[in-house]
Amino acid sequence: MKPPADELMRTAGLIKVFDGDGGPVHALRGVDLSLAAGEFVAVMGPSGSGKSTLLHTIGGLEPATRGEIWLDGRRVDGLSQAQWAMLRRRSIGFVFQTFNLVSTMTVADNVELAALLGGATRHEARERREELLGELNLSAKAGAAPTRLSGGEQQRVAVARALASKPRLLLADEPTGNLDSSNSADVLRLLGRFHRRGQAILLVTHDARAASLADRVISLFDGMVADDAEVRPPLGLPPAAAGVLRLSG
Amino acid sequence: MRLPLLALLAKEPAHGYQLKTLLERTFGEAYPSPNIGQIYVTLQRLAKDGLVSCQEVVQTSRPTKRVYELTPEGRDALATWLDEPSDGPRIRDDFFMKLALGPLAGASDRMALINRQRRHYLNLMRGLSGMAQEPGYGKIPRLLIEGAMLHLQADLDWLERCQQELM
Repeated sequence: MKPPADELMRTAGLIKVFDGDGGPVHALRGVDLSLAAGEFVAVMGPSGSGKSTLLHTIGGLEPATRGEIWLDGRRVDGLSQAQWAMLRRRSIGFVFQTFNLVSTMTVADNVELAALLGGATRHEARERREELLGELNLSAKAGAAPTRLSGGEQQRVAVARALASKPRLLLADEPTGNLDSSNSADVLRLLGRFHRRGQAILLVTHDARAASLADRVISLFDGMVADDAEVRPPLGLPPAAAGVLRLSG
Repeated sequence: MRLPLLALLAKEPAHGYQLKTLLERTFGEAYPSPNIGQIYVTLQRLAKDGLVSCQEVVQTSRPTKRVYELTPEGRDALATWLDEPSDGPRIRDDFFMKLALGPLAGASDRMALINRQRRHYLNLMRGLSGMAQEPGYGKIPRLLIEGAMLHLQADLDWLERCQQELM
């Protein structure tokens, strides 16, 4: 079957089985998922539903047991680890719950290195770093070690690093999981801003506010897609706040 | 609605329309202002129960204005309300009844119920996220929006628990 012209990523019958102590664990049991270029899709589901495994498998951090993964019209599930590493450097950005910055390098170098590994020239990498840190309001911290930054700032650096190579797809695994409400809001605002400029994002989260910003929300349950729905703000005024809290009536 | 109106009257007497304006100024768009009819009906009931008194002000070129004032009984009721802890977290009883009793009534499967409810919550959340990002709300409306979002998150977490336990 020919994929739609604007398809960026697709999985077909994706299966992941781990060897557990008590026998095989079926983490993904046949996931069909597609993402259009520039689309923002959130994946929700109870813990153990397979949502992180799905993200890691799509990014090649975990090999698929069976099934297909297509990225940009190319089948990638059979790639070697080295090929996957190359693909990630150039085409896939990752943001995790823990910020995973290189602690022995400055904030600026963390971002610049990611751009260089993604194929940018030195000049381009420096420009890209300046642009991103400026945009994320972190220029003043460029020379600092990541550990000197607050959690919220470190996660913004992690977002900058993930986007430094201008990846086709950003994979984010609970990026607000370690942040308080105001820092979460900052990170979500950033994701929303880059999405509006055309960044495709696949976000795993249990944070409903984060998920509600996506174009679509996939609900995983027991390693399968239980629901796949567009998110639409409710029509008509008045807005919902008072209704949710039952202030009215 | 009754006690908020008493609270608004605590400082000084007011007529119905002033109360509506005051509510709007306090809560902004986050709280859909009750229509003026609702306010008048509530004020009449409060007067009947002796919690407010009403004075008619005859105006020459306009209809007679009714100005409401707290009575001592009204002040007591207001004090009691302010001193009491409010009811604990409410649950989505209507949805839960559907989830619990739907299968007995031969209704559609539970997964469909849960999915429909999740979509509804997420759509509400989307609307609230939009409001939360708009500048120009005061502190009170902002806190109202944030409270609604936190409640929705809890509703969604609970929905997940129901899904895990029942499916």
